[in-house]
Amino acid sequence: MSDNLVTITVDEQKITAPAGAFLLPVCLENDIYIPHLCFLEGMDDPPASCRLCLVEIAGESGPVASCRYRVREGLEVKTNSDEILRLRQLAFRLLVSTNDGSCRTCIANHSCDLQKIAKYLHQPLKTKRLRHIDRDYPALIDNHPFLVYEPKKCVLCGRCVYVCGQLEKGYKLDFAQRGMDSIVSLFGSELDPASLECETCLACAGVCPVGAMSSKKKWRSFIAELGLN
Amino acid sequence: MLDQLLAALNATERAAVDEEEYNILQAIVEELPAFPAEVSQLLPILQSIQKKHGYLPRLALNMVASHVRTTIAKVYGIATFYNQFRFNPPGRNPIKVCLGTACHVKGGEILLENFERRLEIKEGETSADREYSLERVACIGCCALAPAVVVGEKVEAYVTPSKVEGIITEIEVRKEMAAREQVKNDAANE
Repeated sequence: MSDNLVTITVDEQKITAPAGAFLLPVCLENDIYIPHLCFLEGMDDPPASCRLCLVEIAGESGPVASCRYRVREGLEVKTNSDEILRLRQLAFRLLVSTNDGSCRTCIANHSCDLQKIAKYLHQPLKTKRLRHIDRDYPALIDNHPFLVYEPKKCVLCGRCVYVCGQLEKGYKLDFAQRGMDSIVSLFGSELDPASLECETCLACAGVCPVGAMSSKKKWRSFIAELGLN
Repeated sequence: MLDQLLAALNATERAAVDEEEYNILQAIVEELPAFPAEVSQLLPILQSIQKKHGYLPRLALNMVASHVRTTIAKVYGIATFYNQFRFNPPGRNPIKVCLGTACHVKGGEILLENFERRLEIKEGETSADREYSLERVACIGCCALAPAVVVGEKVEAYVTPSKVEGIITEIEVRKEMAAREQVKNDAANE
C-alpha cells in the first residue's frame, strides 16, 4: 500500500491517504468531522443519499458527496465554507421536516447522530422553516420477534438494509413503498422462520444512526425504565 | 405449503383469511410451479397473479418469495413500489380518480379526498362490504373532460366535490332497484 499513498489538502491541512479510498472516511480518520448518516465504513457503493457530507473540491463544477469521491494526488478539499454549511443545513432541514423529534422519550437520546449533526450544523431538531410533514405511519411496528421499528424516527438512510443485505441470507428487511411513503419494511418477518436468526445478529439495530430500529429486548426495558421515572 | 403458512398466522389473522381467499391461495400454489424459480421472474409472477385473481393476497407474497428463493421483505418492497399492484380485493364498483396532469390541475386530488371521506376508505382500499374500491390512476386519456373519474366502466366528466355524493347515490339507487327487481321476480316465480 505504501507506494500508492497520495497527499491531499483538506482545509489547509495536509493528509496522506491511500489512493482511491473514499474521501469521507479519510477525513474522519484524520479528525476532520464531516456529518453523514447513510455512509458506513466498508461500503463499496455508498448511496450518497443523505447529502450531509457535501464538500467543495477545487476543479469540480459543484459540491460533491465526499462519501463516494475517491482520493487522488493533489486534491484540494474544503469542508467548511459558508456555502457548504448552507447546503448541509438545507439537507438537514429536509430530513427533520418529516421526523418526529421527540428526543426525551427516544431510546437513542444522547447517542443519536441526528442530535450530534443538529448541534454541529447549529440547526434545531424541529425546523420551523419548512412545513412539517407527518408521515401516515404507526408510531411503532413490532411484528418482528426481535426488532422494533419506529417509522416516524427513521431518516431512511438505508444502513440497516445495507448491513442485512451483506449477510448470507440477507434482506430480511428492505425499503417498501416509494416517494414520501418510503419506509423500511419488516413485512412478513413474523411468518418467516428465518427471523429467528435475527436474535443473535441485530446488526440493523446496531448501525441505526437514530433510534428507529432497535432490539426488542432493549426497547422493552427502556420503555419500562421510562415508566418508572 | 399453504397450510404451513396459515399455521404460522395468529388467530385473528387466520380468521381474516376467508374461504374465497383460501381458494385463491390454493390456486396460486398450483400456478407457481409453471414459472421458473428465478428472481428475474418476480414481476411477471406478481402480474399474472393480479391479472387472474384481481389482487395480491398477503400470503401470496410469502409463497412467491419462497418460490423464487428471495426474502418476503424484498418481494413486498418490489410489489409496493409499483402502483399497478393492489393488496385488497377490488370492490364491485371500482372508483378510479384520475390524477394525470390535467385532472390534477383541475383538482383531482380534492376529489380523491372527497371519495375517501364519503366511502370511509383510503386510496388503494376496499370498503368492508366489498361494494367500493378506490384507486388513483395516472391519466385515462380524456383530459378534455378533466377532472375525470371512472366508476366501473363509465367515465364521469367534469366532476366536482358536490357531484361525489350524486355518483355514490346513483350506484346505491341502482343497487336498490336491482334488489327490488330480484324480490319481485322471486315472488312471481313462486
